Amino acid sequence: MAAYIIRRVFAAVLLLLVVSAVTFAIFFLVPRLGGQTLDSMAAQYVGKSPDPDVIAAVKKNLGLDQPLYVQYWEFVKGIVVGADYQFGPDPVTCNAPCFGYSFKTHTEIWPQLVDRVPVTLSLAVGAAVIWVVSGVAIGVLSALKRGSFFDRLSMGVALAGVSLPMFFTGLVVLALFGNGEYVPFADSPIEWAGSLVLPWCTLALLYSALYARLTRAGMLETMGEDYIRTARAKGLRERKVVVKHGLRSALTPLVTIFGMDFALLLGGAVITERVFSFQGLGAFAIQGVTTADLPKVMGVTLVAAFFIVICNLLVDLVYAAIDPRVRLS
Amino acid sequence: MAVAVSLGASACSSSDSGGDGSGGGGNAKADAGLTSVVNATDKKGGTVTYEHSSGPDSLDPGNTYYGWVQNFSRLYARALVTFKPAAGKESLKVVPDLATSLGKASPDAKTWTYTLRKGVKFEDGTEITSKDVKYAVERSNFAPEALSNGPTYFKAYLEGGDKYKGPYKDKSAAGLKSIETPDDYTIVFKLNKPFADMDYLAAFSQTAPVPQKADTGASYVQKMVSSGPYKFSAYDESKGATLVRNPQWDPKTDPIRKALPDKIELKLNVNPTTVDDHLLNDVSTADVAGTGLQSKTQPKVLAKAAEKAKTDNPYAGALQYMALNVNVKPFDNIECRKAVQYAVDKQSLIDSIGGSVKGDPASTVIPPTVAGYKKFDLYPTKGSKGDIAKAKEHLTKCGQPKGFKTTLTARSDRPDEITAATQLQGSLKAIGITAEIKQFPSDKYFTDFAGVPAWVHKNNAGMMMMQWGADWPTGFGFLDQIVNGSAIKPSGGTNLMELNDKGINDALIKGIGTVDTTARNAAWGEVDQKVMENASLVPLVYRKNLLYRPDSAANVTVTDAYLGMYDYVLMTSAK
Repeated sequence: MAAYIIRRVFAAVLLLLVVSAVTFAIFFLVPRLGGQTLDSMAAQYVGKSPDPDVIAAVKKNLGLDQPLYVQYWEFVKGIVVGADYQFGPDPVTCNAPCFGYSFKTHTEIWPQLVDRVPVTLSLAVGAAVIWVVSGVAIGVLSALKRGSFFDRLSMGVALAGVSLPMFFTGLVVLALFGNGEYVPFADSPIEWAGSLVLPWCTLALLYSALYARLTRAGMLETMGEDYIRTARAKGLRERKVVVKHGLRSALTPLVTIFGMDFALLLGGAVITERVFSFQGLGAFAIQGVTTADLPKVMGVTLVAAFFIVICNLLVDLVYAAIDPRVRLS
Repeated sequence: MAVAVSLGASACSSSDSGGDGSGGGGNAKADAGLTSVVNATDKKGGTVTYEHSSGPDSLDPGNTYYGWVQNFSRLYARALVTFKPAAGKESLKVVPDLATSLGKASPDAKTWTYTLRKGVKFEDGTEITSKDVKYAVERSNFAPEALSNGPTYFKAYLEGGDKYKGPYKDKSAAGLKSIETPDDYTIVFKLNKPFADMDYLAAFSQTAPVPQKADTGASYVQKMVSSGPYKFSAYDESKGATLVRNPQWDPKTDPIRKALPDKIELKLNVNPTTVDDHLLNDVSTADVAGTGLQSKTQPKVLAKAAEKAKTDNPYAGALQYMALNVNVKPFDNIECRKAVQYAVDKQSLIDSIGGSVKGDPASTVIPPTVAGYKKFDLYPTKGSKGDIAKAKEHLTKCGQPKGFKTTLTARSDRPDEITAATQLQGSLKAIGITAEIKQFPSDKYFTDFAGVPAWVHKNNAGMMMMQWGADWPTGFGFLDQIVNGSAIKPSGGTNLMELNDKGINDALIKGIGTVDTTARNAAWGEVDQKVMENASLVPLVYRKNLLYRPDSAANVTVTDAYLGMYDYVLMTSAK
């Protein structure tokens, strides 16, 4: 088990390096294919009508005039050992892990990422709890009452939920209920929950619909198996049959999908955050992209990749726990 | 991208009504804010809540180019002089702030002296001296390695500005020699050429004092030292800030600020739909960006009389125009350019982007609310709808009777601009000009495309959509960066026509050296006329914004000096 985890961690680090290198390359090389010069790139980080001296100073200070591999090396080095920068009278030390400084505002990226993770985490965890519980429950009930009015109604609603895009449901919810501000958990747990109820429900609507349908399909398949008949024949209570024997087997595909969905959400529920004006990783990513602020983009990309890797590892561990046929190897 | 956040002014009669303390509810009519202070009050207290759908380039007064920040920063940063917080035409006047009077100019307008008030203190209790103002100008203009967002006019106009390395690299005690501080209350600027608009430069937030010992460069914004009636109690780059009273601010040293609210909240990155909703539901006091309600909210508000009464529709001090590049054939021929001047149907263009609430048909370069505006129309057409016959006449004169093909550039993230470009495409088709529209994102428009002559020539971009507002509300502030030959740059230029006419360039230089204000303003009208005679700039719309005053907003008036947005020094709240 330990050896398995160590191998996975090693693979994760390698993957993150590859992701960072690819992001770097896309950020710098693709605009150049479109004819962008270093000067016009540096000009993105200054005010309007920039003086050539200003562009030159920005180019130098952001390291844009260095070869790409040097810039990349400096970036990776910063994460591991930290780096020194100067955007004022005195040099400042950016301690490891140093994700660099925003090209536009010269503020450290790492503290901003740390600040935003709880917002996105709150959004993702709360919504996940709601959608898993509701999705699975509805799916199970629909499967058990197959063909009934409840089944048809719930699957119909689920179809609508899956089809409606987030920016539509979000804006409708906003129009109906107005917008509150995010309150950190530490400030007031009750207000924190209150500020998140609307975005939770909006997000959950989309996902629970999908999970209800998946659960129903998985349950229908499982409940028809021979071992379910055997369990009933042994005299086990129906609830134990459904949950311990039926649902547990149907869970495997759900766990896989949940791992990916949750991980992607942790990287930033971009549309939800924008609609509800939450300052999470998603909003940070949008700002980074629209202002061509590489360190922001790199920061969010790596954090998102990290969450995906962790979630995948957890998913595999959960498999081993719920399915005795799976051996970690 | 900051081009859209223009600077402007309007001219109307003024009335500064005294308050009766009610501060709430509106009996005011639509456009009352253009000529009077609406919901006038003298009552202290309340919290003003500002919201913005994205954010500033920086709240550091030495690192910003945005008009709304110049306006807003006056709450915590006192520049040498500023624009008078008053209604109507009075708002265009420059009045002393930190200084005791406007600048005293030498006869050649190259040396300017300001005297500081005594006893004005920073929030930490230390007295503000001329050295703090000098340092503020040095860091804001000469340290692009740390502060690169703001305008660099001081650098361009101060003697030796091209050689000084900034206070972070040049640690000498003397600093920039062309800013002299003979004593703690006197500051002298020595310019490299005559510049009669110096008071307007002195009104930039860049002259608001910064104590050198507290300056940390780019991170100073996180712990700014206030010189105004409010100081920061909270600051977050993405979420916003909270300002509370600065106990060290002495109203006796500050004749222009009443500082009525107890607290000011600034919220950033609020969904734009929510910003408008909060205004309509009286949850916030103002949209601090100052560009008004979104297009989709406007019809909702204008349809109801009670809501319309709470709107103001000022000129934004901005001109929407089409630049014809004189180095791209066949626009090198003036007759072809004149053909376009006559072909465009400006009224239909305005109708397509939302009607008269968005602006008026333009016939000059300088908009009506900028000092130096002269009303004239060299290419008049009935109802501003264009004149196909005249256009075809000029087309024949330039040797293109059947028309020609060209490219029209526009910014993809500006729906109004795309709509306008599409409308223009139609107008031009009527005389045989086929304009292919190519769209580009705003933040790359000047650095990579329309503002890069090499790209423009290579891609036959004879026509380019453009919008411009002045960096300060005078003819020179408006014209210099768009029609002066020196504004043509290899990248990031804003003289998209590549107009380089000696007569125009010389007239600009002569005008800015003219100390007499009346003569100087007249000079701008002359330059405007010369540019229009050249026919390379096709004025389309004098832009307007539709602003909304929630019921709780008090002391609301439009400031002509800051792009036709509300004056944030005056604004207070009944809540």
